[in-house]
Amino acid sequence: MGAEVPPVIQLQQATVRRGGATLWREVNLKIQPGEFVAVLGPNGVGKSTLLKVILGLIPLSQGSVQVLGSPARVGHPGIGYLPQRCTFPPDLPIRGQDLVGLSLEGNRWGVPIPFIRRLWCRGGQLKREQAWVREAIERVGAGAYASRRVGELSGGEQQRLLMAQALVTKPQILLLDEPFDSLDLANQQAMVALVRELSTASQITVLLVVHDLNPVLPYLDRVLYLAQGQALLGSPQEVITSETLSRLYGAPIDVLRTRDGRVVVVGQPDAYSSSSR
Amino acid sequence: MVSPSSINCARNPLDILSQMLAIDFVHQALLTGTILALGAGLVGYFVVLRGLIFAADTLAHVTFTGGLGAAALGVPPFIGLVGLTLLTALGMGLLQERLRTHDAAVAMVLTWVLGWGALFISIYTARGTDGTIGVHLLFGSILAVEKSQVLWIVLVGLVCTGLLLGIARPLLFASLDPELALGRGIPVRGLGIILLLLIALGVTSAVPAVGALLNSALLITPAAIAQRLCPRPYLAMGLSGLLAVLFTWAGLGLGFCTPYPISFFISSLAFIAYGLTVIVRR
Repeated sequence: MGAEVPPVIQLQQATVRRGGATLWREVNLKIQPGEFVAVLGPNGVGKSTLLKVILGLIPLSQGSVQVLGSPARVGHPGIGYLPQRCTFPPDLPIRGQDLVGLSLEGNRWGVPIPFIRRLWCRGGQLKREQAWVREAIERVGAGAYASRRVGELSGGEQQRLLMAQALVTKPQILLLDEPFDSLDLANQQAMVALVRELSTASQITVLLVVHDLNPVLPYLDRVLYLAQGQALLGSPQEVITSETLSRLYGAPIDVLRTRDGRVVVVGQPDAYSSSSR
Repeated sequence: MVSPSSINCARNPLDILSQMLAIDFVHQALLTGTILALGAGLVGYFVVLRGLIFAADTLAHVTFTGGLGAAALGVPPFIGLVGLTLLTALGMGLLQERLRTHDAAVAMVLTWVLGWGALFISIYTARGTDGTIGVHLLFGSILAVEKSQVLWIVLVGLVCTGLLLGIARPLLFASLDPELALGRGIPVRGLGIILLLLIALGVTSAVPAVGALLNSALLITPAAIAQRLCPRPYLAMGLSGLLAVLFTWAGLGLGFCTPYPISFFISSLAFIAYGLTVIVRR
């Protein structure tokens, strides 16, 4: 991480107010190209808000946010986003590949009627988009079920399609908001490994909001810890310690490390739970 | 007006068809029926997809009061029902986030609006005019559509269909992934309001064919069938429109041959077709 590389995401003196309350105040952070960062913190601290600020959906009340060298704006094609959500309704009558396709071209008006489209637009564009959709589906390993109805798929399969949705625009930044919450441990591991691999292979910067640090810990470059209106960015060894977190909260916090490398944070108000409980 | 039932239908179907097509008001009914069914079928796809069935039903009932209110005031009923339904849709659209969890509030407004309908029908009939308008509004009477209304219905139907097709792709995106669509810069809220206005227009344009009570025969059932049969969104949308048109044509034909109301046949055909798809898909 050379200091001369311009950051992909940069917040300067960023302050966010929502509904009269200040979520965080004068936060400064820089995220470098290709970094894999987990965003942690207690509930309601503004983790999802951070992603929405980067997406340009929530304006800062003070300070600035730069994304890929320009101020954050809505609809930036360089950002892939996986919103926090529950699963799709069981009767959703849409194919997985249609969802992925909408993520690529859903912002265009009109109705795509295949044979008319072929006449209308340059054939190359249509082919390229279809290829991108196929590629995204293959990359997440969803090829076997992308033509089935989304509602019929398991939580893990739906999650992979959502990841394909985030990837289909070939983004430089991936913002993933608690993407693994509906998955079992084995699937969580597989998805984190996949995201890490994508991040390394294509130099994609990943911001991953997680509830539980442990499944992602082996893959991380840095941790962004939000608490008490402040943000701490650093390696997990620097940030997730009793001293640092106690200082951040202004209250005694214990960080326990088990022999197999798991981390348990004890004593934080509205603490995130750890899977080792 | 010639009563369709007076024509002898015991002959071969082609004879009946040519006989039917020779009559002026049948042309008119076919034209308006086709266009309003197509619009209702297309809009219906999104009604079913987004689970707006209760909202659509509410709007359908509002048409009753709108039509009667206009009649009581001496304004053409179609203007009254379009106006009041659009206003209601706009209100629902502006409050949409809050309405989602407030079915009871919607139901209360609905019954209140219907109560006004009861008032208007008493005012209207007290004037000595006949009460058939109430029956027409509730159950539809496409053969009674006046010439002056035809152009209006066709125009509204075409504008609605065109507008819906124009916004179909972002609307689909916003319906399936509202959060992601917001992130892509799609005006999710605005599209939601436009959809409700289109539902209002779709519902009002279906009133002449099936009335306020049987509206879902053209708005909900074709879309529900199409979504069961076809997981490709745009194809399903088209199928929904096509089914609505077919039900209307068949209903017109059957209504022409028998003394029974067209809306009965349209709603029955829709129900039978849905039943068949449920059996087939099992």
